[in-house]
Amino acid sequence: MTALSVENVWKYYGDFPALRGISFEARQGACVALLGRNGAGKTTLLRILAGLSRPTRGSVRVFGRDCLDAEVRRQTGLIGHGIGIYDELSAYENLRLFAALYGVKDPRRAAMEWLERTGLERVRDGLVREFSRGMRQRLAVARAFLHRPSLLLLDEPFTALDDRAIALLQGLLKESLAGGATVVMSTHQLREALELATHVALIVKGRLAHAGERTAEMLEDPGWLYRTYGEA
Amino acid sequence: MLFLRQAWTVAQKDLRSEFRTKEALNASLSFALVILLLFSFAFDPTAEMTREISGGLLWLVFAFAGALLLNRSFARELENDCLDVLVVSPVPAAALFLGKALANYILLLGIEAVCLPVFGVFYNADWTRQPAWLAIVILLATWGITIIGTMFSALTVNLRLRELMLPMLVYPMLIPCLMAAMQLTTALMAGQAPSGDQLAWVRMLVGFDIIFTALSVALVETVLIG
Amino acid sequence: MREKILYALGALAALLLARNIWVMLTGLPDEAFQGAIFRIIFFHVPAAFTCFLCFFVALVASISYLKSGKMQWDSLAVSATEAGLAFGAANLVSGMIWARIIWGIWWTWDWRLTSMLVCWLLYAGYLVLRRAVEEPAQRARLSAVLSILSFAVVPFVFFSIKWFRTQHPQPVLYGEGKMDAAYRAMLYLNWVPLLMLAAVLIAIRIGQENRRRELDALRREAHSI
Repeated sequence: MTALSVENVWKYYGDFPALRGISFEARQGACVALLGRNGAGKTTLLRILAGLSRPTRGSVRVFGRDCLDAEVRRQTGLIGHGIGIYDELSAYENLRLFAALYGVKDPRRAAMEWLERTGLERVRDGLVREFSRGMRQRLAVARAFLHRPSLLLLDEPFTALDDRAIALLQGLLKESLAGGATVVMSTHQLREALELATHVALIVKGRLAHAGERTAEMLEDPGWLYRTYGEA
Repeated sequence: MLFLRQAWTVAQKDLRSEFRTKEALNASLSFALVILLLFSFAFDPTAEMTREISGGLLWLVFAFAGALLLNRSFARELENDCLDVLVVSPVPAAALFLGKALANYILLLGIEAVCLPVFGVFYNADWTRQPAWLAIVILLATWGITIIGTMFSALTVNLRLRELMLPMLVYPMLIPCLMAAMQLTTALMAGQAPSGDQLAWVRMLVGFDIIFTALSVALVETVLIG
Repeated sequence: MREKILYALGALAALLLARNIWVMLTGLPDEAFQGAIFRIIFFHVPAAFTCFLCFFVALVASISYLKSGKMQWDSLAVSATEAGLAFGAANLVSGMIWARIIWGIWWTWDWRLTSMLVCWLLYAGYLVLRRAVEEPAQRARLSAVLSILSFAVVPFVFFSIKWFRTQHPQPVLYGEGKMDAAYRAMLYLNWVPLLMLAAVLIAIRIGQENRRRELDALRREAHSI
């Protein structure tokens, strides 16, 4: 079943096309690694998929609905550049807030459950401001997963994380994929991404240079894709 | 129903984090008190003079303090990219906006509730003569300030020089609302209940609030989702 | 071709303006109370009309931009706003010159003057906002919203300042009698070249805006390589 379909998406910044007719589909349970250089349009595309930005032309449909639809938003989880949690609130308050915003049935229980899963239950009432970097990152991962999203959008997820958070994120991603969730992640860290990825999409200057299954070849030599399809 | 609950969740979040740090509250309140002090140098606070300009003075204080508070409204979401996370959540942009406006409204009313008695003491003004009408005027005009301030906070959230630009944009927009509030408050401080011409000002305040609430709610999604 | 039409329109406006000034100076008698200076009204009032017409065009263009996302509409919106500001400034300055001679003061907080000044500042804020946004599409979107909000507040500004001023005792400096038919005809007649001038200005500015966007796109293209 198709979970995500991107149809001829163009995004203009003024007269400059940052995305030039991107089309691809991702079936349910796929993990798409969005590859490309800085400024190729990965973040722009992810922001459109997340409903943070509208395409100038073309459409993005998630589970057959427009990606700005509230129901789609409820099923989408996002990890962006920032951690997206509030420094002045406690860990528990943060998770309860997002559980409430996502309409999770029992926000308190969901918050407690995720504090446990991320190993933060001992500091549940500590303000995030006082947390270490690693703890903040784990909380951010919990925030993105606590409503059990069926579409996960990750922008450079492994760049800012420490080892423990990476392990946590990889574990959760594997679990979600096994549960039928779809993942789209943009990344520089080719190895970490390619291990999880079932598909790859390479963006070069706003165009989709290659989209297809992740092959064993790529895993052995991550640079191969760039050499074959990317610009010289 | 869901819409209101979502708006209230956002408002609660804003209030909780503001009460925890009190950054904007303290800045805004102390600024209001400083202006109250400064005005005493601008004119001789005799009974006669105070009666004539009490409304104007009071609302200038509210507007200055309010702008300081409202500037922070969306800017506080920039830290850790929280704004992105709020926008992608299933909460509609309009509910997000109204929730934030509601939190600002409560905070601003709180600041005004502190400033009003202080103003009464400093300038020997009796503001208790028409309490019901004064409350109505304050509620209406403060909503006007809040809605415009919150909207412009959203409009400029990602821009450089935000703080420098906001006063230039916000105050001209607020002129009708402030003028109505000033006129009515001056009369109320003198003990006159609004009648005839004065009621036109009340109607204008109501109209201002309705039109700009509607416009903001309609346009805020365009502002937040590019 | 487009440029030739613009030049022709500009030349026509200049000719018409020269003809109107000639008639004003030779054909129309001095006004009984104000003397020669009253002729400034033939520029003052049409400038205000043109100013608000421009702001209205900017509103329509802004709404159209939000609906269609076509950058052309944004070019029209900013060009019309700038032309409106120019004519608003002409209105304010001509009013001040008139006030200096008739009332002996440059400025008075008369409701019309005050309202015009507030509107001028509102739309000046539009340009300030535009300067602060770098990305053209974002700039177009945010300034379109501001243009709509600004236009919505204009009637409030006029009514509130009028009520505010009329409730205060004010020296009545001149009666608001009916204008002579010949004067009124001239007033409207002089509006025509001003409108043509506004159209030329807007057309030139649209061209500049389009070129600026092309440049911006080229710069972005260069950065991406």
